[in-house]
Amino acid sequence: MLSPAILIPAIINGLLTGAVYALVSLGLTLIYGVLHIINFAHGAMLSAALFAAFFAFRLLGLDPYVAVFLLAPVFFGLGYALQRFVIGPASHGDDRNMLLVTLGIAVIIENALLYAFRADTRTIEVPYAYQTIDFGFTFLAVPRLVGFVSVFGVALALWLLMSFTDIGRAIRAVAKEKLGAELAGIDVAHIYAMTFGLGTACVAIAACLLIPTYYVNPTVGNAFVLVAFTIVVLGGMGSVPGALIGGLLIGVVESLSGLFLGESLGQIGIFLIFIAVLLVRPTGLFGARA
Amino acid sequence: MRALAPIAAVVMALAAVPLLVNSNVVLNFLVVTLMIALAGQGWNILGGYGGQYSFGHAAFFGTGAYVNAILQVRYGVNAWPGFAAGIAVGAALGGIIGVLTFRSGLRGSYFALVTLAFAEVLRIVASVAPITGAGVGTLMKLDLRAQAMQFQSRAAFYWLILALVAASLVIARLIERSRFGVWLIAVRENEDAAKALGVNAAHVKLGAMVVSAAITAAAGCFYVQYFLFIDSGIAYGTRISIEALLTPIIGGAGTVFGPLVGALVVQALGEGAKLVAGDAPGLSLIVYGCILVLVIAFAPHGLIGLIDGARRRLSRVAKLGAAHG
Amino acid sequence: MAPVVACRASPNWGLRMAEPLLSVDRVSCRFSGLLAVNAASLIVPAGRVTALIGPNGAGKTTLFAIISGFQRPSDGVVRYQGETVTGLPPHELARRGIARTFQIVQPFAGLSVRENILVGAHLRHAKRAEALAAADIVGCEVGLGDILDRSADTLTVAGRKRLELARALATEPKLLLLDEVLAGLNPTEIRDIAPIIRGLCARGISILMIEHVMQAVMSLSQHVFVLAEGCIIAEGTPAEVAANRAVVEAYLGHGAAKKLGGAHDR
Repeated sequence: MLSPAILIPAIINGLLTGAVYALVSLGLTLIYGVLHIINFAHGAMLSAALFAAFFAFRLLGLDPYVAVFLLAPVFFGLGYALQRFVIGPASHGDDRNMLLVTLGIAVIIENALLYAFRADTRTIEVPYAYQTIDFGFTFLAVPRLVGFVSVFGVALALWLLMSFTDIGRAIRAVAKEKLGAELAGIDVAHIYAMTFGLGTACVAIAACLLIPTYYVNPTVGNAFVLVAFTIVVLGGMGSVPGALIGGLLIGVVESLSGLFLGESLGQIGIFLIFIAVLLVRPTGLFGARA
Repeated sequence: MRALAPIAAVVMALAAVPLLVNSNVVLNFLVVTLMIALAGQGWNILGGYGGQYSFGHAAFFGTGAYVNAILQVRYGVNAWPGFAAGIAVGAALGGIIGVLTFRSGLRGSYFALVTLAFAEVLRIVASVAPITGAGVGTLMKLDLRAQAMQFQSRAAFYWLILALVAASLVIARLIERSRFGVWLIAVRENEDAAKALGVNAAHVKLGAMVVSAAITAAAGCFYVQYFLFIDSGIAYGTRISIEALLTPIIGGAGTVFGPLVGALVVQALGEGAKLVAGDAPGLSLIVYGCILVLVIAFAPHGLIGLIDGARRRLSRVAKLGAAHG
Repeated sequence: MAPVVACRASPNWGLRMAEPLLSVDRVSCRFSGLLAVNAASLIVPAGRVTALIGPNGAGKTTLFAIISGFQRPSDGVVRYQGETVTGLPPHELARRGIARTFQIVQPFAGLSVRENILVGAHLRHAKRAEALAAADIVGCEVGLGDILDRSADTLTVAGRKRLELARALATEPKLLLLDEVLAGLNPTEIRDIAPIIRGLCARGISILMIEHVMQAVMSLSQHVFVLAEGCIIAEGTPAEVAANRAVVEAYLGHGAAKKLGGAHDR
């Protein structure tokens, strides 16, 4: 079991999966870094995005790698509207209330999907789903490679946005010092909504990258989001590099523990890491303030 | 003792219901409502009075249920000590999670996350461990004797759960009027200020967690007695975690009767939705989610908060009227 | 002769006979590279009002946080009633008799004035009836007797300051740390609250106050320590400190110095 021929592909596959985890976590950490709340609706949005990608394929005939250019802006808008018109006003600015509101939205979205589409698992069939590329020592699936590369592309785009655009600067200002930013004339509600929209867009992109090889049902987002929480806490709340590295790390851990412990117990490995990190070093590896 | 009078009145009124109503459907509805009210009262102690929002209270519900069931099914323990053991183990679990989380100073979002994670871990373990029956769950043997805490008549179950709920109401009231309760509420309002006034916040939160876990575990113990079946999804799933927090928030977090009022509303709306739109999966939870958001948005102190607010406004108007009249 | 020194190694204890109630000995606090408090030492004699003044950002509130257990110092010792209490948590210090108010008032917003004070009273009275009675007495002492039933979030700034004071007093402290309790009050309100503070001293409660309101420092305190950029740069009676050129330069400015009788060239 410890032979390199098995270990190395497991690790590499872990990295590929981890990249998509990282993308989901990126959205979460972005939202936390600016709004200082944990978006409990993140998983439900991933499920919704997966359904959207599914129907884009089935009804509009759009390949996921094409649909992403439609879904990302749509989900950006949905996230913006959700924060601006529901979460923000409902919470009255109280963090504890925001927790509950995002939880409520998570429940609504997930169960609306359940009600509308039942619990059946769906998949799509794309020609490249099972294509692999031969790297000599191992074969790697094309969709996962595309996913891996795309994630870094998105991370780069986000970094450019944050560093060089006005909106990026405004977001960073609000993240650092909300009151000061407000006094400087920044519309904080707008920025909050923009950030939430960006986080949701990340989720939509992740869904499109996942769907060629993953299944779709109303609860799949939950499984992802708990992993995303683990990654965000591990990498440090609000830290983008943390989310990336944490994601890759967790992907590898999951792959390896799945190898040694089997599917279900492998999941426990992640949660135990999660709990351990929260208890021992809640600020994570690249920690921001807790 | 005067403080307990309202509780006695409400409990006696509720106790009379089976004497007036014969319908099993109604009784079943009320039994489930009271059970959820009990689980919610547990959450209320920690979340309503203490301000620590747990998103994984299913961990205690499920533990109470499984301990009670496993002791009876696999070890032949009698139902009554089994029930007590379920509560004790649930409380102990609360203590463990409390020590781990509060010692690390976890608050707010982090606390919600960690409790969610604990519930998930337990769910996964329960879904594969042989002792819980893994995916299949644990089935209790039908044994309709009072000694086995199983009753022929639904009314008997109703009075049992009512007794438990009554106990939880009394506990909440006693806490409210005790030093522990004052300190707990102070920690909720402003933990640093409370510490500066001599409150050992970690101890107080831990105490609340243990009591909270015990009460919710009792609801779990009752569940297996009534339904005679438990599996990992029911025991540790998100549904019970959500119901446990929803009922106090809707009814009025940090009040004695909040969870009871909230449970009635939640169950009524759930049943109402089923009547209107049919028994489709996920429907009642959609309703719950909407109520949660609406309550936070428009009535953050719950229904009791609304009533209190209205009463205060009326009394102010009356005082003004008396002054001018 | 006014003591004119730079960063002091230890305070001028020579004149004091009795063991001070509180002694802070060369306490430092480092926040990853920034030395907020640098080997600061001060003492609070029992039964007196001692003031801690200094320009904004000098580290006064950090020092308070260290003394009241909210912050661990990276160096130095805090002694209270002869015992070392460095690093003890706030609730433990409160039990021993150190109470503090906060610069930004922190009422328990959802509770009434009486319920707020009750929290403090419960430290010494386990039974609700006794604690309520004690809370009422303290509430009247600070002038909140009429509004004990009102919700804390409806109070004015002056009311909240009094509530902050009442809560701390309800814990029956021997040492009261007042963090800018007069900030945000107009001269009338200051004039109204000053006798309360003086009265506390008469009752045997020792006070260490951070203050910017100079008239209060001059009239209320018997001894003053000056903190600038983390160091204690001067100490003495209010008059001595006011005349101290280093202090004037660091903090008081020409106008105030003239008002107090001119800066003397020493």
